[in-house]
Amino acid sequence: MKEVINLPVKNIEEEEYHINMGPQHPSTHGVLRLVVSLQGEIVKSLKPHCGYIHRGIEKMCEKDTYPQIIHLTDRMDYLSAHINNHAVCLLVEKALEVDVPERVKYIRTIVDELNRIASHQLWWCSFGMDMGGLTCFFYGLRDREKILDIFEESFGSRLLHSYYTPGGLMMDIHPNFQKGVKDFIKYFRKKIKDYDDLLTGNIIMQLRTKGVGIISKEDAISYGVTGPSGRASGFACDVRKHHPYGVYDKADFKEILGTAGDTFERYMMRMYEMRESMKILEQLIDNIPAGDYAAKMKAVIKLPAGEYFQRVEAARGELGVYVVSDGNKTPYRMKFRSPNFSNLSALDHISRGVKIADLVAIGGSLDYVIPDIDR
Amino acid sequence: MNSIFTYFTEIFHAVKSLLTGMKVTGRYFFSPWEIVTQQYPENRKTLKMYDRFKGEVVMPHNGNNEHRCTGCGICETACPNGSIEVIQNKIEMPDGKKKRIIDKHIYHLSMCTFCGLCIKSCPSDALAWGQEFEHAVFDRAKLTKILNKPGSSILKDIAE
Amino acid sequence: MNFSIYDFTSFNQWIDQFLRSVMSPFWAIAVEMVIIGLAILLFYALVGLFLVYAERKVCAFMQNRVGPNRVGPYGFFQTIADFIKLMLKELITIKNADQLLFNLAPFIIIIASFMAIAAIPFAKGLHAIDFDIGILYVIAVSSLGVVGILLAGWSSNSKYSLIGAMRSGAQIISYELSVGLSLLTIIILAGTMQFSAIVEGQANGWFIFKGHIPAFIAFVVFLISSTAETNRGPFDLAEAESELTAGFHTEYSGIKFAFFFLAEYMNMFIVASIAATVFLGGWMAFHVSGWNGFNHIMDFIPPFVWYIGKTFFVIWIMMWFKWTFPRLRIDQLLTLEWKYLLPINLVNILIMAFVVLMGWHF
Ligand code: SF4
Ligand code: SF4
Repeated sequence: MKEVINLPVKNIEEEEYHINMGPQHPSTHGVLRLVVSLQGEIVKSLKPHCGYIHRGIEKMCEKDTYPQIIHLTDRMDYLSAHINNHAVCLLVEKALEVDVPERVKYIRTIVDELNRIASHQLWWCSFGMDMGGLTCFFYGLRDREKILDIFEESFGSRLLHSYYTPGGLMMDIHPNFQKGVKDFIKYFRKKIKDYDDLLTGNIIMQLRTKGVGIISKEDAISYGVTGPSGRASGFACDVRKHHPYGVYDKADFKEILGTAGDTFERYMMRMYEMRESMKILEQLIDNIPAGDYAAKMKAVIKLPAGEYFQRVEAARGELGVYVVSDGNKTPYRMKFRSPNFSNLSALDHISRGVKIADLVAIGGSLDYVIPDIDR
Repeated sequence: MNSIFTYFTEIFHAVKSLLTGMKVTGRYFFSPWEIVTQQYPENRKTLKMYDRFKGEVVMPHNGNNEHRCTGCGICETACPNGSIEVIQNKIEMPDGKKKRIIDKHIYHLSMCTFCGLCIKSCPSDALAWGQEFEHAVFDRAKLTKILNKPGSSILKDIAE
Repeated sequence: MNFSIYDFTSFNQWIDQFLRSVMSPFWAIAVEMVIIGLAILLFYALVGLFLVYAERKVCAFMQNRVGPNRVGPYGFFQTIADFIKLMLKELITIKNADQLLFNLAPFIIIIASFMAIAAIPFAKGLHAIDFDIGILYVIAVSSLGVVGILLAGWSSNSKYSLIGAMRSGAQIISYELSVGLSLLTIIILAGTMQFSAIVEGQANGWFIFKGHIPAFIAFVVFLISSTAETNRGPFDLAEAESELTAGFHTEYSGIKFAFFFLAEYMNMFIVASIAATVFLGGWMAFHVSGWNGFNHIMDFIPPFVWYIGKTFFVIWIMMWFKWTFPRLRIDQLLTLEWKYLLPINLVNILIMAFVVLMGWHF
């Protein structure tokens, strides 16, 4: 017989138990570990433990020259690789006061938006899967594949491109690029209706997400929740609008703000954003000016001593790059303000009192990419 | 009465939204021509990668087994993760001057992140992207490649 | 009526008489039982394997994929390969698990579904046993499965399993009600609980047509609630792989896991065959009264084919549900049952009783 240990039973109401969601769990989209304290099925509190995929990218950047850093920022938020690279390139160009050709700005903006759509498509897949609708996953990936084909044709790779370089681009776009993008927009405008029919309008999905996991505007600001998740709460935080870079000032697009701040609103923000991105693409794709694909840069890029900061709107929120340079060809210190990390910090606050199933849905709607949290 | 009405409209809307969803999956079920799967090993014959596809770094050789690499080692410094090692050799030219040539251009495919900096930085355009992507091997040592072919020499006009 | 070529009754009687003539009645019954048991076991395994394959193909087509296509023509032997793989896998012993119950649970589940199959008529005369309370028996037996699920979740000593088991306990017990009530609607119409009599009653039109509106509502309710009772998507809360990794069978491996897997598909097959038998005429051919030529052509299709065709149609609808909808949350699941399905069902029974009283059915 096993010995029976009589634990002092507290008030039954207070009985909580913990489960580890992750590091290997289907809904954490990677190796995030959430220690969830539950009472029955209700989440009482939760503690995210990150660091399972920490690769020391910030430290590695300190030994790399600025063109070499690009291949590391690719691997932070691998779903918006181009946008991460854009931040570093903009920072270097700002520090050196280089004027990049107009063509480069156009191409970068277009590629960023394509990347944003691709990232939101993957988010839609995985959100659908978190909700239990497995078919969503394949529809999203099917359409994302079209963008990846455009990428592959022009830049040679599908996920981690290393396409931008300080001062311009690695190579010019492929002659088929413009046609590919236009075909894609035509294709995706049709297919995005499937997304609405399958998931957005679905009563189960609406019941599960409306009024669940609410972030108020104040909380969004104080936690630093940015990107579509922040805008769902009414926090006007679109860097493209408020601190334009590239040619976003030439494009006509709306910054859509939500009011409810719940899971459904965060979902809708991304659906809107995909459509807005397509609008931007349509405006820019025909107007790419001729010219060089890179500015003349010195063979060895050295930033003048000082501190630099640059932010861009990544697919999941505001990405900030901060560099301290001591005048060498490598940065003295490099720091990334990754959107996912701040978004994750709000998870405990918004998921208290919801059910486990809702926690998964909230996690899906915050759309965290773990390598970006840990770096 | 009103609440009964809302009860039934709710049911009606719910069922309608569910049917819209089922219409989408049902439509795809009956349209097998929309299948997007690529049957990979079968379509190997016809599978053509885009010509910019980054499969691996190669050093193109011409028909006379000549390449363009001078052995300057710039690619080695440009590579962010030490995937390239350039081993140089000094040879004595007929006129008595010592000249640096490439002995081995070692490329560690297992470490390469396909950033393309080596290709971009090479002053004599000696490197290029290869389209080969089936890199799975049973022995890690096979992923370390020597890019200059045995017995190859440098192209005449580059050497001058 | 042109049933005789496909009638199994005389065949069965012939076997029975033959066995009785060569041995004592006790042994004759024993041998018959073994034969039937083996036949059902074989059928069970075949249907289970085929359903796994069918599910994969169906979901693949719904998702713009081709599905399994490597093992055999069109990947037909994929599930057999998977089955061999599952047989060869290590059975992991869980520390601190209740070993007896942990090992017992898969068998309880599989036995429950095995017992339910016995009462289902596959064709005229082709059923293991024809109770006069067939429907009651099937409802009773199929609800035994939840015991297995609860035991599996409890004995694994894992929190994920326990949550899954508790969910499915709440779920199955409430949806049992709807399943029972929707079948009750048809029992009122048919006037019997015996499966063979129910099927015979549909000779001149399936109940879903005969009972028109109330029968159709009952059919829809039955579909929904039986999907829930078999723990299939969108009601797969007990497994809920994105929330609970695999729910009640998280800790199972190898052949024990395969049992759960097989039982899920067999339960689906059973509820689909009940739906087919009770609402869609079972093995009865599609008849339109008055069109004698048409009816004769229909009779040439063997009843077994009719039965299988209808069953797979219902299964296909259930797969369609699963591969379209996101999963419900536990409280919504119970709301759906207690606030919507149950009241609708009760009112529906009333309507049906009224329709039968007034003779408004066909
Ligand atoms: S490949 Fe190019 S950069 Fe590298 S050693 Fe040869 S010539 Fe120099
Ligand atoms: S592609 Fe990049 S990582 Fe690979 S060898 Fe060239 S420089 Fe190094």
